[in-house]
Amino acid sequence: MTGTRDIHAYLAEFDDIPGTRVFTAKRARQGYHLNQFAMSLMKPENRERWKADERAYLEEWPLSDEQKQAVLVRDYNRLLDLGGNIYFLAKVFSTDGQSFLQAVSTMSGMSLEDYSAMMIAGGRSPEGLRSIREKR
Amino acid sequence: MARITAGIGTSHVPALGAAMDLGKTQEPYWEPAFAGYEWTRAWEREQKPDVVILVYNDHATAFDMKIIPTFAIGCGEQYAPADEGWGPRKVPLVQGHPDLAWHIAQSCILDEFDMTIINEMDVDHGLTVPLSLVFGQPEAWPARVIPLAVNVVTYPPPSGNRCWALGEAIARAVESFPEDLNVQIWGTGGMSHQLQGPRAGLINQEWDNRFLDRLEGDSQELRHIPHIEYLRETGSEGIEMVMWLIMRGALGRATRTLHRHYHIPASNTAVGHIVLEPLP
Repeated sequence: MTGTRDIHAYLAEFDDIPGTRVFTAKRARQGYHLNQFAMSLMKPENRERWKADERAYLEEWPLSDEQKQAVLVRDYNRLLDLGGNIYFLAKVFSTDGQSFLQAVSTMSGMSLEDYSAMMIAGGRSPEGLRSIREKR
Repeated sequence: MARITAGIGTSHVPALGAAMDLGKTQEPYWEPAFAGYEWTRAWEREQKPDVVILVYNDHATAFDMKIIPTFAIGCGEQYAPADEGWGPRKVPLVQGHPDLAWHIAQSCILDEFDMTIINEMDVDHGLTVPLSLVFGQPEAWPARVIPLAVNVVTYPPPSGNRCWALGEAIARAVESFPEDLNVQIWGTGGMSHQLQGPRAGLINQEWDNRFLDRLEGDSQELRHIPHIEYLRETGSEGIEMVMWLIMRGALGRATRTLHRHYHIPASNTAVGHIVLEPLP
């Protein structure tokens, strides 16, 4: 065995990682339709309809009002909180013509230029970002 | 008899595929990331593997939230590069090896690994980018490919220990296939990266390199790293490295490193690459 057999302890640890939303079953259930909506943008004909009228396209999906609003304003951190998964949300920002680097930088609270420079300089250090509880 | 002659670990960053497709590999940003694959391309021209068992994860492409298999093996004749939202990559069709794939699927199920069998699917950057990195840009891929898709998106993914043990079962399956085939196994994904939230951009060069160190030799330490350590130390997407352990498990008791490469960054990610051969 690699780790715990206690699913509750296993899941509880995920909340101790700063600035990170682990895609657990709870989030997968909350975001089911949000992620399936995003998945629908894999098809070129759906992308066309989506680009023509985002609001109307969203109305076809059983999303919460919060989820719809967060999609419309492309608030990716909020979408993660509402059950979105980055690989599904990638269909939305790819349709916008954004790269992973561009979209991910928006979640870090940094400008694309500053974020890119940080990556070229070796990325974000894990120092102090491993555990909220243990401050390490 | 079929035999596993080598293992490769490599990142599968989509931007690396895009850089190759758009002819940008000589640009100063990209050149050092690709330089570490030149040795491997020359080596592969001599090795001429018949089949590559390619361990990767699907990124919401062939599998959406409807069905989430933990371990899925491609038993089809061929797989097309997927349209991931910006049109399919213009790379060759991936030719499968249904005889060996079904043999592995059957053997693993009898060996108590309950595999999902896939007969039709498109393959995304997780599978096609490693082919491009290792084989370059040929008219047709020089080896047949057995896709082995692992869920590392929805928690919990399989444990590192389970991945290693699956690799051992795959090796037993390959060894019992009667045809004389030169088979490689590749583990892909990683290394440290986080694509989400305020901690996005996390990279842990020291941890990544200790992981590469421990793929060599007879250490079994890597199979016991818990998920939480990958998450804390290597970012939320660093968990993809459990897939390298299927490759390592399939190489048996001990290994020797033939080639190793590490570069930061490609887009959001630390690029890691290693070529291993099994030792008796």
